[in-house]
Amino acid sequence: MAAVGARAHRIDSAACAMRFEDEPVPGYPLPILPGHVSPGRFERVLRAGAFAVTTELAPPDSADPQEVYQRVRMLDGYVDAINATDGSGANCHMSSLAVCALLTRVGYAPVMQISCRDRNRIAIQGDILGGAAMGVCNMLCLTGDGVQVGDHPQARPVFDLDSISLLEIGRTLRDEHHFQSGRKLSFSPRVLFGAGENPMVPPLEHRALRLAKKVAAGAQFIQTQYVYDLPRLRAFMRGVEDLGLLDRVFLLIGVGPIRSAKAAEWMRRHVPGVHIPDAIVDRLAGAQDPAREGRNICIELIQEIRSMRGVHGVHVMAYRQEEAVAEIITRSGVLDGRTPWHPGRDQNSADRKAS
Amino acid sequence: MYRARLWSVRHARGIDRFYGMFERLLMRLAPLFSAIGYQRLERPFVVVERGVKGLLFDCKMCGQCVLSSTGMSCPMNCPKSLRNGPCGGVRADGYCEVNSQMRCVWLLAFAGAERIPGGIERIREIQAPVDRRLEGHSSWLRLVRERTGSTARPAP
Repeated sequence: MAAVGARAHRIDSAACAMRFEDEPVPGYPLPILPGHVSPGRFERVLRAGAFAVTTELAPPDSADPQEVYQRVRMLDGYVDAINATDGSGANCHMSSLAVCALLTRVGYAPVMQISCRDRNRIAIQGDILGGAAMGVCNMLCLTGDGVQVGDHPQARPVFDLDSISLLEIGRTLRDEHHFQSGRKLSFSPRVLFGAGENPMVPPLEHRALRLAKKVAAGAQFIQTQYVYDLPRLRAFMRGVEDLGLLDRVFLLIGVGPIRSAKAAEWMRRHVPGVHIPDAIVDRLAGAQDPAREGRNICIELIQEIRSMRGVHGVHVMAYRQEEAVAEIITRSGVLDGRTPWHPGRDQNSADRKAS
Repeated sequence: MYRARLWSVRHARGIDRFYGMFERLLMRLAPLFSAIGYQRLERPFVVVERGVKGLLFDCKMCGQCVLSSTGMSCPMNCPKSLRNGPCGGVRADGYCEVNSQMRCVWLLAFAGAERIPGGIERIREIQAPVDRRLEGHSSWLRLVRERTGSTARPAP
């Protein structure tokens, strides 16, 4: 994959934005550029070589679309793509597909998360086609948390596929134009496929190898679990480099603010796969304003991560403190003054052009 | 049995070597199997396979054995039945996210694979999702049939 090759693609830096000349009416797809697989804005940002910023939106426990729009408005102008989680932590919420469909209607670039926990291959392939038909251009293939951590521990875990076989199936749908069964599609989903990875938990020495497997299966971007331990991340990146994967996949590192030492302890105990070093917990415990200290830690991490070779962005996860995302992104300066697209962003300049 | 499973991973190299010999034996017997008829052999094979592999690996009889690619640690014992590597929820002590009393199946797989020559290369192969139609059928017979070009799937 010539991942970062097209770095020179036109970026309108004068206007301090990243405005594409062929920007469509919100809700309509962009033209697919040569070498791109999707008509999406997120792929454009990545392939243009900008440091990408993504975040996640917790789908509401509600059937009201306004709750989705209210939550997403807080992120306007700060992020390039928004992940709609799929029953994260095995808790029941509005589906990722529905949230994504609501977001694409008004032009956002959502990342639809697909977990293997709740659906078999028949349902998942249907959702990939359905999502693409609704304008979703990015899909993240995940294994999913076990049902025991969520609010329905009595539910049946499905796990018909795993994240890697899911990636292969997605790629087959897109590039070979058929279902796993071999039955042909009349129109393929044009989607950028991604996967998760967790460089923070055992087997640390083999995590890069797992990433290699995901790339081989079709992952084009990676969004990692929370990273609070930079030496571990550096070791992982060395492994990635040794396997020749640097810049062969867009790597977005997961970060997030922690509200207090107590919240850190809670995450350690209840969120699978979260590793928080003692030094960070101690720093939070000793702070006058722990919530602010948590945001400071997050900003410092982002700045360190940004300088690492082979990293193409950050994925800011701020569970139940979505309002902190804007501050973290602004203060960390990762956007370099550009304003990611949001509804109404280009309105002012369009008005000016018209007059 | 959990302890037997741990033993098998510790002795992955020996078991892998034995499997190699066993496979050659099975292949040599292929004409005999063909003469008797695979249908008729299915049940006795399932009984033996379930007994032996059940004891050594906690085999779940998925019918498409990948033990030699997973360091002799059966991936069907993973509560998420992951066949391509560990999930991101492995506990810091190397135990399973879902069952805190069990070592991660995939940590064992890597440990076993390191004992087998070429094991790590084999773990990198991408495994296709399980074909649920093969559950409860003999993996050994299927291997012989596939290699000798007889129809791959037993009648359900």
